[in-house]
Amino acid sequence: MAERSEEVKLLGMWASPFSRRVEIALTLKGVPYEFSEQDIANKSPLLLQSNPVHKMIPVLLHNGKPISESLVILEYIDDTWQNNPILPQDPYHRAMARFWARFVDEQIYVTAMKVVGKVGEERDVAVEATRDLLKLLEKELVGKNFLGGERLGFVDIVATLVAFWLMRTEEVVGVKVVPVEMFPEIHRWVENLLDVDVIKKCIPPEDEHLNYIKARMDSLKLKSVQ
Amino acid sequence: MADEVILLSYWPSMFGMRAMIALEEKNIKFDYREQDLFNKSQILIETNPVHKKIPVLIHNGKPICESLIVVEYIDETWPGENQLLPSDPYQRAQAKFWADYIDKKVNGPTRLIWAGKGEEIEAGKKEFIEVLKTLETELGDKTYFGGETFGFVDIAFIGFYSWFDAYEKLASFSIEAECPKVIAWAKRCLKRESVAKSLPDSDKVTKYIPELKKRLGIE
Ligand SMILES: N[C@@H](CCC(=O)N[C@@H](CS)C(=O)NCC(=O)O)C(=O)O
Ligand SMILES: N[C@@H](CCC(=O)N[C@@H](CS)C(=O)NCC(=O)O)C(=O)O
Repeated sequence: MAERSEEVKLLGMWASPFSRRVEIALTLKGVPYEFSEQDIANKSPLLLQSNPVHKMIPVLLHNGKPISESLVILEYIDDTWQNNPILPQDPYHRAMARFWARFVDEQIYVTAMKVVGKVGEERDVAVEATRDLLKLLEKELVGKNFLGGERLGFVDIVATLVAFWLMRTEEVVGVKVVPVEMFPEIHRWVENLLDVDVIKKCIPPEDEHLNYIKARMDSLKLKSVQ
Repeated sequence: MADEVILLSYWPSMFGMRAMIALEEKNIKFDYREQDLFNKSQILIETNPVHKKIPVLIHNGKPICESLIVVEYIDETWPGENQLLPSDPYQRAQAKFWADYIDKKVNGPTRLIWAGKGEEIEAGKKEFIEVLKTLETELGDKTYFGGETFGFVDIAFIGFYSWFDAYEKLASFSIEAECPKVIAWAKRCLKRESVAKSLPDSDKVTKYIPELKKRLGIE
């Protein structure tokens, strides 16, 4: 539990998977925090000053000191509040957790963005490429309730991006990237996630989120037509 | 100690150098196994089935991939001497942030310089200088990125120094003229045995690039 004198503030965006990761971690640890919704189309001086290098959310401000990059923030939270550990204790398992977290951000996220950004044949290629990557995650889940094993852990928090962004986007895009027949383990895992109170509390409400994704995609399309 | 430590690497790789430097800093004996990336060995494919890239550290039969993850693993497994990441959570987060910055920003432009043509080289150079200046600002007047002691961010970046000569020749510029503090820092790092042992000669890298491009089918 956080001490009384501590000030924890999150510069985030309600619909951002990266920002939600940080909320999940803080909630899991029982750390009270202030959430400050940011407008990335019109960046606040506080954001620019707190993350001058990337100018991105999320940024965690702990007693005024800024930390950026969601994976770095998650580790910081785990190092600072040691109850309910997010990462395993053993160095080898820690390394494996970091490996899969990177895989989600550098491979799955990057590839899945192309599904949203492309049309026609290029999109089909991106869908196939995303599925090839997801098959590795599928394999990791065999015999486990969570990517972290018996309990929710680091990789689960990071991979909520797959469960609640990628898999929600597909409803809007109209392409089933993660069909249940092909990915039974991933679907089982999403159900397990939804049984965790912290997750339920920390993911964006579905209807509002779908509307938001739709609006964003429409505006992206408008831009590409011009 | 019955530890068996194997490193799969490739001599010009700055990612491989990271793992070597970390092992040297900790005085860990290891079996170095040079890999042919154009004809990948069974052991590489088996130990890194996801990326099939070096470096891979195999510790008592267990493989660890991704150079920064390897360096952190080494630090956590052999915590005794020469701590590479600071213990203070905030300093630790800063070190991880900068190492991640190097991973995100340095590879793109430097690859344009050695593998690109004409305008690509120019664009790569321009972007690389910007990245170097950001890093130089972060370094400031400190001895190393983390302050007084050599550590994680230094390890993440120093391998690129062995390619500086090649970048300068290919893109006709002087890194020292742009960022003198970065060069002074690199020279300080090279005084450490761990670094001197792990970095190849700049000359050797520069001479190897045409061959590398040929093997990659560019040029
Ligand atoms: N690698 C970053 C990604 C964060 C990110 O992509 N943030 C987006 C919003 S979801 C952002 O702030 N974009 C602002 C911009 O690109 O200008 C992390 O893990 O924190
Ligand atoms: N993110 C990786 C990058 C490693 C990497 O790019 N390795 C290259 C050699 S420099 C490799 O093995 N390439 C083989 C290939 O791409 O097939 C790390 O940090 O370890």
